[in-house]
Amino acid sequence: MNMLKIENLHARVEGREILKGLSLTVNAGEVHAIMGPNGAGKSTLGNVLSGRDGYEVTAGSVSYNGEDLLALEPEARAAAGVFLAFQYPVEIPGVNNTYFLRAALNAQRKVRGEKDLDSMQFLKLVREKLKVMQISDELLHRAVNEGFSGGEKKRNEIFQMAVLEPRLAILDETDSGLDIDALKQVAQGVNLLRSPERAFLMITHYQRLLDYVVPDFVHVLADGRIVESGDKSLALKLEEHGYAGIAERHPAGEAA
Amino acid sequence: MNNDTVIQETNIALRDNAEVAAALGRSYAAGFVTDIEMTSLPPGLSEDIIRQLSAIKQEPEWMTEWRLDAYRHWLTMPMPDWAKLKIAPIDYQALSYYAAPKAGPKSLDEVDPALLEAYEKLGVPLHERARLAGVAVDAVFDSVSVGTTFRKELAAAGVLFCSMSEAIREYPDIVRKYLGSVVPTGDNYFAALNSAVFSDGSFVFIPKGVRCPMELSTYFRINAQNTGQFERTLIVAEEGSHVSYLEGCTAPRRDENQLHAAVVELVALEKAQIKYSTVQNWYPGDENGVGGIYNFVTKRGDCRGDDSKISWTQVETGSAVTWKYPSVILRGDRSVGEFYSVALTHHHQQADTGTKMIHIGKHTKSKIVSKGISAGRSSNSYRGLVKMENGAEGARNYTQCDSLLIGKKCGAHTFPYMEVKNPTAIVEHEATTSKISDDQMFYCRARGISEENAVSMIVDGFCKQVFRELPMEFAVEAKKLLEVSLEGAVG
Repeated sequence: MNMLKIENLHARVEGREILKGLSLTVNAGEVHAIMGPNGAGKSTLGNVLSGRDGYEVTAGSVSYNGEDLLALEPEARAAAGVFLAFQYPVEIPGVNNTYFLRAALNAQRKVRGEKDLDSMQFLKLVREKLKVMQISDELLHRAVNEGFSGGEKKRNEIFQMAVLEPRLAILDETDSGLDIDALKQVAQGVNLLRSPERAFLMITHYQRLLDYVVPDFVHVLADGRIVESGDKSLALKLEEHGYAGIAERHPAGEAA
Repeated sequence: MNNDTVIQETNIALRDNAEVAAALGRSYAAGFVTDIEMTSLPPGLSEDIIRQLSAIKQEPEWMTEWRLDAYRHWLTMPMPDWAKLKIAPIDYQALSYYAAPKAGPKSLDEVDPALLEAYEKLGVPLHERARLAGVAVDAVFDSVSVGTTFRKELAAAGVLFCSMSEAIREYPDIVRKYLGSVVPTGDNYFAALNSAVFSDGSFVFIPKGVRCPMELSTYFRINAQNTGQFERTLIVAEEGSHVSYLEGCTAPRRDENQLHAAVVELVALEKAQIKYSTVQNWYPGDENGVGGIYNFVTKRGDCRGDDSKISWTQVETGSAVTWKYPSVILRGDRSVGEFYSVALTHHHQQADTGTKMIHIGKHTKSKIVSKGISAGRSSNSYRGLVKMENGAEGARNYTQCDSLLIGKKCGAHTFPYMEVKNPTAIVEHEATTSKISDDQMFYCRARGISEENAVSMIVDGFCKQVFRELPMEFAVEAKKLLEVSLEGAVG
C-alpha cells in the first residue's frame, strides 16, 4: 500500500482555485521534493494535507495508509503520524516549549492507545533527541517560539519532529530565511530522521536544500498541478533554467 | 509563494476566529444547594433591622452605634454609576441581611454534618481527619462562620484567627482600633452598606515578629436565597510579622441575582508582610446571563509602617458582575504594594476590576500585573489608579495590563489613571490586547492537541505571571478553574 496517494486534488482558498488536479504518490522511506514557482500552490498543498481551516477541497482524494486523510481533524492527522513543519512557526507566549511538546506527544499517544510519558520519561527522551540533533537545551526552557530567531524557530520545528517521530513529515519551506550554517543543521536533522518507515515531503523554492538532503524524487508544481517529475537532476535543471521554461513546456490546462 | 498567496493567508488570519467562536454552556460544579434549617431576619433594611442583627450577634453597644452611623451615612449616598457595568436596580428592601444555619456556630466537632458535607463537596474538608495539610480554614456559610480549623496550633504561635463576630466579642480592643481604619464607614456606597450590615468574615492578628506557621484561608459560601452576603475581613500584621492568607468563594446556581458586598482591610506595620490571595468563583449566571452574584467589593491594604509590603493576587472567574479594586496605601517609606490579577469573563459576565496604588511614603514601590480574558459576550475592564503624592520622593510604579479576547462578541477595556505630584516619581504603563489566533490554534492542533486543550494551554500561558504568585495548591486550583470556566468557549 502507498503511504500517501493524492489523486486529482482540487482545492480553493477564499473562493480562488489554487490546486487544480494534483496527483502524487509517496511510499514509506521516500523523500520527495516539491519545487515550483511562487503561487503554484506549494504551501496550499501542505496546509490541505494537515487540515488547516479555510482550505476547501472541491474534488479529488487523499488516502493516507489506506485511510481518507481529508475526513480527519488536524489533531487526528497528527496522531496518525502526519507532521507539518511550519513555514512560519507560531509563538505561544508563556507556554513552555517542553510542556507544549509533552502535551502534544501525550495527546497523540492517547489517540494511539499508548500510555502517557511522565515528566521523567519525557525528559529522558528529549535529552536524547537534543543530543542527536545537536540543539542546545536552552531551547527547552523558553516559551514556544517566543522571541526565537528565524533559524531557531525552524530548528525547533525539526526538534519537534524528532520527538514526535511522525510517519509522514511535510516540510513547508523549512529552508527559507536560513543562513548556510542553520540550513546545514536543519538538513542534518532531517537526514538523521530518514528511515524506511518514514516519508518526507519537502516543499521548497530553492535547490540548495537538496544539496544537503538528497531527495529520491523531485516534482515540479506549477499552476496547481505536478507538471514534471524526475530525480535530483531535475532540481539542478530547474536551478539552471529557472521556472520560466516550465510555463512554455506545460501551458495551463494541459494534463500533467 | 507569491504575493497573492501571502495576502490570502493574512486574510485568513484576520477573519473572525472561526476556530474559537464562542459557544455553549459551562459547568459550574459548585452550583448545588445545601438543605439545612436556617434562621434569618425578614427582608428589609432599617435601623431596627440593624439593631436586631447586632443583638443576634451579641455585639457591644459601640459596635451597634458604629453600624447605625454607617447606615445613616449610606442613606445619603447615591449608587455609583462610573464603572463600565450594566446593573439592574437592586431593591435593598427585598433582601434579607442575616441568614445562618439554625443550630448556630459551635465547635467544629458539633457542626451539622450537612454543612461538613457541603464543604467537602467544595473540596474544603473541615473535619479532623481530612483537613487540608498546612492550611488553616475559616468556613463562612451565608452570614456566619461555621468553624475554624487548626486554632490550637495557631494560638500556640500567638496568631489570632477566628470569625469577625467572635473577634468583636473576644478582642474588642484590637477590633476597635483597626476596624474602619483602612476603609472608613463612609468610604463608598457599598462599603457604607457593608459597615451597616456586615455579618461575618475572618479576623487575623499576627503579633510582632511572628511568621505565621501556616497558610490561613477563609472559604465563603452563599447558600440561602434572597440573602446578601456582607462579609468583613480584617488582617493586622504587627511589626516584622508575615502572613499569607487565601480566600475562596462559591454560591449555588440560582436564577435571581444575589448581592455580595464585602470589605477587606489589611494593616501592615513596620517591616510586616501580608500576602492576600483570592480565587473568586461565585456563581456567574447561566449562558444567557440569568442569575449570578453581584460582587461589589472594597479591598484595601495600608502599608502603615516603613518597609512593609502588601501583595494582592486574585483570580476572578465567577460572578455576574464584579466591581473590585484591591488597593494599597503606601504610607511607610520604602513600602511595597503589588497587585497580580487574572479576571476571566464568559457568556454575559461583566467585570470592572483593577487596583489603586497610593504612594505617600518615600521610595515606595508598586507593581501591577493585570491579565483580562474575555470570551462569549462578556465585558472585561481594567481600571487602575496610580497616585504619587507630594512626598513620594523616588517612588516607582510599573503597570502591565494585558487583555486576551476569545471570539469577537466580547470586549476588553483599559482605564488607567495616573496622578503624579512628585517630579522624582516614575510611573511606567504597558498595555497589550491580543486574541487567540487561528494560527495558534492550528499550530497546536497540527501537533495533536485538541481545541479545548489548546485554548486552556494558551490562556494558561497568558496568565503565567500571575499564577506564579499564587501558593502552589491554589495555582493548580486556579488553572483548573480557568479550564472549567472556558468550557464551550470554542465551537
